[in-house]
Amino acid sequence: MSKFLKSLIFIVSLVLFIIYSKFSCAQPVSSADLINRAGQYDFKSVVFEGEVIGDIMRRGDYAWVNVFDGENALGIWTRSDLAGEIKYTGGYKSKGDGIEVTGIFHRACPEHGGDLDIHAQGLRRVAQGRNTQEKINPAKIAQALVLLGVVVLIWILTLLKRK
Amino acid sequence: MILRPRLEDVKTIGYYLGKIILGLAFTMLIPVVLGLAFAEINPVLDFIIAFEAALAFGLILIRLCATDKDLSWMQGMIVVSLSWLAAMVLGAIPLYLSGHWKSFLDACFDAMSGFATTGLTLVQNLDHLSYTHNLWRHLIMFIGGQGIVIVALSFFVKGLAGAFKMYVGEARDERIMPNVISTSRFIWMVSMAYLVLGTLALGVTGMLGGMSAMNAFFHGACVFMAAFDTGGFAPQSQNILYYHSSAFEIITVMIMILGAINFKLHYHVWMGNRREIVKNIETITLFVAIMTTFAITAAGLAQTGIYPSAVLLFRKGFYQLVSGQTGTGFQTIYPAQFVLEWSPLGIAGVICAMALGGAVCSTTGAIKMLRVGIIFKAMKEDLKRIMLSERAIITEKFHHIKEVFLEDKQVRSALMITLCYFILYGLGALVGMYYGYPFKDSLFESTSAAANVGLSCGMTGVNMPTGLKLTYIFQMWAGRLEFMSVFTLLGFLVATLKGKR
Repeated sequence: MSKFLKSLIFIVSLVLFIIYSKFSCAQPVSSADLINRAGQYDFKSVVFEGEVIGDIMRRGDYAWVNVFDGENALGIWTRSDLAGEIKYTGGYKSKGDGIEVTGIFHRACPEHGGDLDIHAQGLRRVAQGRNTQEKINPAKIAQALVLLGVVVLIWILTLLKRK
Repeated sequence: MILRPRLEDVKTIGYYLGKIILGLAFTMLIPVVLGLAFAEINPVLDFIIAFEAALAFGLILIRLCATDKDLSWMQGMIVVSLSWLAAMVLGAIPLYLSGHWKSFLDACFDAMSGFATTGLTLVQNLDHLSYTHNLWRHLIMFIGGQGIVIVALSFFVKGLAGAFKMYVGEARDERIMPNVISTSRFIWMVSMAYLVLGTLALGVTGMLGGMSAMNAFFHGACVFMAAFDTGGFAPQSQNILYYHSSAFEIITVMIMILGAINFKLHYHVWMGNRREIVKNIETITLFVAIMTTFAITAAGLAQTGIYPSAVLLFRKGFYQLVSGQTGTGFQTIYPAQFVLEWSPLGIAGVICAMALGGAVCSTTGAIKMLRVGIIFKAMKEDLKRIMLSERAIITEKFHHIKEVFLEDKQVRSALMITLCYFILYGLGALVGMYYGYPFKDSLFESTSAAANVGLSCGMTGVNMPTGLKLTYIFQMWAGRLEFMSVFTLLGFLVATLKGKR
């Protein structure tokens, strides 16, 4: 095969790959966009990405997962086995797993009492969560000690005045 | 002629204010205990700092203003209004130290919102807030709902003859028991009994809904405090939507309604007088008000057709409406959905519900049902005067624990407070519009703040103008105290500046 033909096949493959990537992976939609333009997304397939927060609430074969994207948290209704991917959920002492959910968006879900939610068809972990170590703030200890001194001083002055 | 207040007045006010601040300081030890149990060291330090600051402030006031004089009416009212401002500033310290509030003003906003049982919030990244701070957010609603002064009266003040003046200043003009200290303790007893039952009910529901036992009961206690005290904060940013549970919604509706009922009525029901529920003017007016405002809201929601079935419309519409009517502010929709998806008629129904409120001597804000009932009775009496013979003797009476004959004095008082609330709702709406927000949004948010509700259509946020934050703080404070103690404080300040010696 000539060098020209090899180069042509390589370039065509590259272009096809780029086009495939562009159209096969939909871009994640923000929670603000979903809430503000709920009518447009209603019953459509969307991709939503964010951090899992709070509890994973298992209800039989399904589970509720709440996902926070930095602006709002949305409820994701997913199969329990898909939720099994999640190892960390966000809280004071932990950063939750980052997940990408592909599913059907509802502005008033008929199955769930009119809640705005997403019914997941696919869920994958895109960032691993972790337990966060609490670093004690020395400035707070200093402030607490100074104020303790002030309180004790006032207390002593009150006692002296009484005597 | 206005007389300038004497130094003795200032000392008496300072002394009792100091005592109430001491009471408030000790309540900060409750989150400390929880924080130690959860090994949340920085949050514990935040509360130790706030506790010490409050203790120092209270002790300095008591030390500088030591007096054995009892409170006059004016002094009692001023102590109450200043206590709420002091509570806001001191209660904001641990919130601000957590780093979840952008400025100290934002922390003050949330502290006032909590104490006044409003529920509007400027917290950031709530889903990563510590248990310790989250407990405090809900505890201040529990304290504020019963009344900051009532806390001090119940636990830290003994045999104070001026107690009734402070009790009235905190917008509670009904004595349940013969003396005000026993009344305060009764209110606490009722609240604690419901706290245990409510936490159990919500905790078990949370566990059945898939939450861990610890989180279920922690959330149960927090949500109970916010519901019974008609506050509206919740431990997670999605508010009640976080739980995705109809059972949770039903239980919170029941708790919100319990919180919106007069404590005097609770007392009579506890004493076995159950018929009082169906005879009392407040419960009748509350029922009629909920039905009327829900009819308006439902008609508005049906117009838009966003909820595809009647069941969904009822579940969403009724929940937000009861939350607004009882002054709680729990939401199962996102704030922006009010503006973007509800019709103006639907929003008008919720605004009316928020403006009317629950019962007097309850934990709700707004105009309140007894006043609404009295105004309608007065209208009925006047209508009879026109319709019936001029020689007819016309009297109107209503049932509120006992049969009461309607007097002009009651009508005047009810109309005066109602007028004050309308002015307050309008004032906040005007300020909102001054900052460029639409009329509908401004009126919604203003009514929510002044009536201590907490429902939001999305205006309340960190980027809200400072002037609007200050306006809402004022509205929450004045609305919770029902104006009199706030007016007295303003009069006191005017007298200090312009009064003659």
